[in-house]
Formats: sequence, structure tokens, C-alpha cells
Amino acid sequence: MTEGETTALRLDRRQVLKWFAATAASTQLSEFGFAAAVPVVTAKGYGTDPELMKIYKPGDFWPLTFTAEQRKTVVALADVMFPEDHLGPAASTLRVPDYMDEWISAPYPIQQKDRAALLPGLQWIEGEAKKRFNADFASLSEAQKHALCDDICGAAPVKAELKKGGAFFSKFRSLAASAYYGTEAGWKALGYVGNISLPTFDGPPPEVLAKLGVEQTVK
Amino acid sequence: MPIITSSQTQPEYDVAIVGSGAGGGQMAFTLTMAGLKCVMLEAGRSYVPETQTAMFHRPEHVPLLNTPTPDKHMGFTDATVDGGWEVPGEPYTQASNKDEEKFWWWRARMLGGRTNHWGRMSLRNGPLDFKPRSRDGLGFDWPIGYDDVEPYYTKVEMLIGVFGTNEGLENTPNSPAGVLLPAPKGRASELLLQKHAKKLNIPVISIHRAVLTRPLDADNIPAKLFPNNPKVQKIVGDSMRMRAPCFWATDCHRGCAIRANYQSTTVHLPPALATGNLDIVPNAHAREVILGKDGKAKGVLYIDKTTGDEERVKAKVVVLAASSGETVRLLLNSKSAHFPQGIGNGNGLVGKYVMDSVGTSVGGQVPILENLPPHNEDGAGGPHFYIPWWQYQEQLKGKLDFARGYHVEFNGTRGMPGGRNPLSDELGKGAYGTKFKEEARRYYGSNVGYTCRGEQIPNDDCFAELDPEVKDKWGIPVLRWHWKWSDQERNMAAHAAKTFTAFIETMGGTVRAQKKAAIENGGRVIHEVGGALMGAEAKKSVCNGWNQTWDVKNLFLSDAAPFPSNADKNPTLTIMALAWRTGDYIIEQAKKGEL
Repeated sequence: MTEGETTALRLDRRQVLKWFAATAASTQLSEFGFAAAVPVVTAKGYGTDPELMKIYKPGDFWPLTFTAEQRKTVVALADVMFPEDHLGPAASTLRVPDYMDEWISAPYPIQQKDRAALLPGLQWIEGEAKKRFNADFASLSEAQKHALCDDICGAAPVKAELKKGGAFFSKFRSLAASAYYGTEAGWKALGYVGNISLPTFDGPPPEVLAKLGVEQTVK
Repeated sequence: MPIITSSQTQPEYDVAIVGSGAGGGQMAFTLTMAGLKCVMLEAGRSYVPETQTAMFHRPEHVPLLNTPTPDKHMGFTDATVDGGWEVPGEPYTQASNKDEEKFWWWRARMLGGRTNHWGRMSLRNGPLDFKPRSRDGLGFDWPIGYDDVEPYYTKVEMLIGVFGTNEGLENTPNSPAGVLLPAPKGRASELLLQKHAKKLNIPVISIHRAVLTRPLDADNIPAKLFPNNPKVQKIVGDSMRMRAPCFWATDCHRGCAIRANYQSTTVHLPPALATGNLDIVPNAHAREVILGKDGKAKGVLYIDKTTGDEERVKAKVVVLAASSGETVRLLLNSKSAHFPQGIGNGNGLVGKYVMDSVGTSVGGQVPILENLPPHNEDGAGGPHFYIPWWQYQEQLKGKLDFARGYHVEFNGTRGMPGGRNPLSDELGKGAYGTKFKEEARRYYGSNVGYTCRGEQIPNDDCFAELDPEVKDKWGIPVLRWHWKWSDQERNMAAHAAKTFTAFIETMGGTVRAQKKAAIENGGRVIHEVGGALMGAEAKKSVCNGWNQTWDVKNLFLSDAAPFPSNADKNPTLTIMALAWRTGDYIIEQAKKGEL
């Protein structure tokens, strides 16, 4: 514009880019072909400028989803996948079920997709526990839990009629692992050493260099 | 002078600077040290890294385990706020609906812009990078050469602090003795690749990154940068003393509360403010350059985002450093009787020849790295080593089917876990329970990844223009992007993928992850440059070798928009060197009364 001119502001609210379009369908078909309808998440996200310094916990930004029954199933299954052993505590003591609940309750596309897989999957595994052992999953003996999990974990080819369960198990394991290893105990279990300020950075210790057959080249 | 609101601006300034990132930050620094009164317009909010950086938060401390979301595209703790490939209320459009022809435009609406979260790679362009057309007949030569820019590379490196080594490799310039800070020690996987790449005759060397590996020499550097100016020396020295060296933890993308790495908000802006010569107006979205009846820039028209009102600042000189795309948009929207097609656009060149870096990556798993004794590999919050382009001679002899180079960046192997499954189904083979934990521990640290950052040659199909219909929420016309990679880039990406596969296999590993698309979408690497090219002739370029527009002599472009080529070296260091050089030119011309 030239000095002295004015412009009239026009408001234009046309939504043009929809790359991150929120999924707002009233029912969603699960990725794995479960037929159950999943309740829709209508909460808001944390926004583009959240307070970064705070330490958060699941439920701080959006309401959680799991019913008491669902939570029982999640705790039991997460602890089968990440039990207490020589490599660390059980998943439920590290709040892994809470993080999973936060995840599937989040109003973002990736999480909504996982929600549509996870919630019907919990129903499926409960149905399977009833069918095989006439009990809910959390009440099964360790041997019974393992018998069920062994069929869907993928160590051996998963039978055609259990494919849905296999896909659910894989997704659940991946999410539980994402949460388990985001904790201090999980770091220890994995062998991550860091996130602590140091006066110097000394590079890999001699035993690591020896194992790899390399020398430190930066003196 | 401080951070102010639009109602607090002075009636007139010497210089108005649009943008507060690498270019705007350096420009404000240079000009305020010389006593010029400056106003800086920043489209985003004010931002203070010292009190707003989530340094040690674990994934369990933040929503969704710190994974990317549409609100925070690089995860919760990433320094970028109010930014990303999509900004609410500020759309841009695509000329094509084909996925591979889309351009992803990253914007950071915050003080300091993209410098808050970048990787701190600080590579100098080499002599060949300024004269690419003379060498291979493609693209454009710069009207300036390495010797013109070299003194400014050195000054910027001394000011911001860059670690690295001098290796004397072709077109990979050394810095003068004593300028670079000590390089950090190599990590296990970096040293392993270094050893094995030797067999392929590929050099793995220390990268240059803007991270302090020891305190800056605040007693001597300021006197070297500003001889005979004790007042400025004190300001710069005091600012340097406020910066702690790296404490070898936390990812640089989060920003740095101890000011160990470079971001405009911790390195350029504090001393510039300390001169008393700088006013910063946050939430000021520049709309147009105001043109006088004499054909000179008189200031900037902007939207105060806190009120929605139009505001103006007056200045004797205007500098656009808003990012390539945003500077293009400002020029095109600055329409007047003088320039009905926008400033600089009489020849239709504004928006043309936008470039990004060629990105592609290959991942693999390397058995010798399994079950290593746990040890701390956080280091300097990013890569320590890299591979500079090594085949200049082969290209000269016509042995490759692409003309320009790429460098290789590596992914850390024992980085902070959480937010992703460390053991893929493929490697885990169905394990759960204690077996899963054991296998995850075994494989943790054995995954490697190599990334190509290569030079795109400017082409007629990659450009931005104003969308004839779409406007943002303030009614300002938005950019419409056009994008097509050429065979040059596709061939480069194929070469890189082959090379990375060879790395993994030479180390005894197996390729595990290769992206389906051989080459990332335009804009995904966030190295957008070009759009207002500098050149030797007014009819063939938008600005001259001083980043001064041909059309309006008191209007300068100090981001990457004037880049006539996009060397594989990441653009930030060159943006800063050119901004300092342009700043010196503005000071000199202003003294002569030429502006």
C-alpha cells in the first residue's frame, strides 16, 4: 500500500487446510474390524501454547475413559506383558494403565484410531476369557492368562479366527511399552542412562570401545 | 527500551525489522550495537527460554508421552509454541492435490522463531556453493562469493559459539584457528560408523553445532568483534557470561534454559535489548511494507493480534526477516501504484525458485551394538559427528547422475526412551513378559538411522504465489504453493538410500526401516530458502548482493529468501552471516546518507 491509504479488513473464516482434520464421526469402525461402536471423544486438546513447565498426570487435560471393568482388564493384561521381575516393577505400579487411558481418551486423530482398536479389543479378550475359562481375564490364573496370550502374541502364527485378538495384542503391547519405558524405572529396565547434568562428556567407556573394536577419535 | 505493545512504539525508528529469528535477531544485534534505534515486529508471543523450557521432563511427565500431536507437531516439550506445519487461523493453500506436489510450510509464531527448536547444525557454505552454475551449468550463481561472506561466518561463530573441528576437506571450509569450540567425544555408533565408512572411503568427522562445549571467552571475544568500542564490548561480554556451557543432557529441540545453545532469544536479543536501542513488539503480524510517494519504504503496516487492529510503525529503513515464505508474502501483498504486482515483483520473480533440502532416511539394526554396557550418550543434545559431501571430484568427472551434494546426519542410538515401543514386533517375535523386557534391553541402542540433507536445484515448478481467494483470519491474502522435485533430487535420494544401506551392511547390520516415499515432501526438512533471489542484474533478480531490493533501496531481505541456491549445509549460519554483513552495509550507507 502507499502511505496514507487504508485497507478494509475482511474476515474470512474459510477452512482450507484439513491435514490434521479431527475425526468427528458419530461412530467409528475399528481398524481391526471389531463391530462395536466406540463412544466419541469431544474434549479439547492441550492447545498450541500449553504451560510447559508443569509436571502433568493423565486426566489433567481431558477426561479419562476406562470403566472400572475396563481398567481391571487393562491392569491385568499390562502386568502380564510387563510383570515385576529382575528388570523392574510391574506395569500397573508405574501407572501404565493411566497413560493408556490418557492416550485413548485424547482428542487427536492417531489416538482416536487407537481408541477404536483398544476398547473393542478389551471386550474381545474378556469374551475370550469367559469362553475358555468361564471367568473374567483378571481372575484367571497366570497359567490361564498365558495360555490365552500365547495364542495371540505372535510368537507362533496366530490362527485365522484369532487374528483380531492378535492385532489387538500387538497394539496393546506397543502402547504399554511406550508408557512403561517413559518412566524412570522403565529407563533402568532398558539400560538408558542419562537426563542428568554432567560436568564433562567422556564418550563411551573403555569396555564399550573394546567390544566394538573402535577407538575414541576425538581427543 | 524493552518488549512493548503497539501503543508504546516511538513515532519513528531508524530501522524496522520484521521477524526475530536467525536473520532478524542478528540484524537487531548488529544495528543496535552501532547505535541505530530499531523496532522489531514479531508475529508470535514473547518467549523466555530461561523460564519456559521443559528441560528434564520425562515422557511420563507430559501428555501423550511427548509424542507429536496436531497442537505440538514435534511433541509436547518441543520449544515451538503456536507453530508447526499448520497454524490455526493462518492457512496456506496448495496448487495441486497430489500428495507429492504439496509443500509443508513450517511457521513458528513466537519470539525467536524457529531458532528456538532447530538442530543447531552450523555449517558454512563453501566456495563452490556460491558459484554452482559456474561449475555445473545449473541453477544460479550468487553475486557474492565465499570471500565476501567468510569474515562474517567467523564473526557469527565467535558470537554464538560453534563446536567442531577443521578437517580441510573440499568445499567444507575450515574456521580460523581458535574460533571453534572443542568437539565433543564420539558416541559408540558414531565411532563404529567412522571406522566402517573408512572402508568405503567416506569421511565421518565432527559436525559443527551451535552449542557451547566450554564457556565463551567473554574477556577477549567482544574486543575482537568490536574493537575500540568498550561500551559495546561490555554489553556483549556480559551477555556471554550469562551463558552456561552444555551440561551434557536434554535434547536441544526443547530449547535451552541455561543458554548453552544458540537461540535468538538467548544470544542475539538480550544484548540487543541491553543497548537500549531495541523495542520489540510481539503479537505484531506484519501485513505490508508502507511505501512513500518517493518510492521509498516508510515503515510497516501490521495487525496487532491482541486487538485485531491495524497498526503502523515508521522507519527510515525496513528489513524483512520473516522467513522465506512470509517475506515473499509480504512483498507480494505490498501493492501500490508504484508496484501493482507487489514490491520487487515487476519481473514476476517474487516467490519463484523456492527450495528445501532433499530429505530421505534409512534405518537398520546392527548386532554388534546389542547388549552394550549401559552408558550415557546424551552428549550435546544432538549429533556429534556427520558426513560432509565427499564426491565433488566424481561429480566433476560426470560419474554421478545428480549434480549437487548431500551431507549425512545420524540418529542417536541410546537416546531417551518413552513414547514409542523400543522393540518392534519384527525384532520381538511375539515376546511378552520378562522375555519382552530382556529382548528390549538387548536391542536398545542397536538401531541406527541415517538421514540425507541434500541440495535441491532451483526449478520453475517450485514457487509460491498469492492465492486469489483465500485469506487468513485478518483478511490477509495467503500463499499458494507449487512443488515438484526433479530427477536431480530423486537420483540423489536413491544414491543416499544405497549409501546408507551400504553403511548398515558394512557394520554387519540389516536394513529395517526405509520410508516408502524415497524423498520427503517439500518443506518437511524445514530448510525453505529462496523466493526473492539475489543477483547481479535487476531484471533477473529481486535483490542485490547486499540483500537490498532493486525496487526500493531502503528495503532489505535478511532471511533465506535471497538465497539463489540451497547448499546441503543447513541455511541458518549463512542467514546470520549475511544478516550481519547487510547490517554493516546499512550502517555504512546510513552514515553516508544514502538510504
